[in-house]
Amino acid sequence: MAATPNSSSATAKAAQPEGFVYLPLIVGWLVPGAGHFLVRKWGRGLLLALAILTMFVLGVAMQGKVYSSAHDILDMLGLIGDLGSGALYVVTRVLGLGADSVQVTTGDYGTRFIVVAGLLNVIAAVDAHNLRTGRKPS
Amino acid sequence: MFTPSHFSALLLFALCASVVFGITMRETPQRMVRYGLYCFLLFVGSAVVLSWGMYLIAR
Repeated sequence: MAATPNSSSATAKAAQPEGFVYLPLIVGWLVPGAGHFLVRKWGRGLLLALAILTMFVLGVAMQGKVYSSAHDILDMLGLIGDLGSGALYVVTRVLGLGADSVQVTTGDYGTRFIVVAGLLNVIAAVDAHNLRTGRKPS
Repeated sequence: MFTPSHFSALLLFALCASVVFGITMRETPQRMVRYGLYCFLLFVGSAVVLSWGMYLIAR
């Protein structure tokens, strides 16, 4: 039965994904939906990009606060959520969009929209990574 | 500036979050749609129930 270990190791080697498996995770974090495009899930990537972009843009349009620094634990959590949006956060900060502090009622909704868009983007990027590694079959 | 009502903001939030949840948490398209709808209904339904609860407590 010497052939069994060899054949099983050959099968395991064949099942291992080739290349840099974290690429969909990183690209998906930077650009919403792009991780799914890399693993050729075009429809899912488009829907994810639409949902996350819509949420982020609506948050900014509602004059939501874009966290730039953390003075207490709540600010820190908000900043972590915002950073989940990847390049969207950077573009927003560079262009000076969003509000520095919440001044209107809808601004409070907008702040949550922006934070949750970042968190949803992280979930989408991890899903793309799982598709790439085969942890999620399809 | 975009100024939705509380309820329309809830609907938009629930729609976007449900799309992401449906796609990422299930594997087949049919199950994705079903789970997305389930999440959407839970988001909206729980908000309506909690709102009525707070309204009755405040009276």
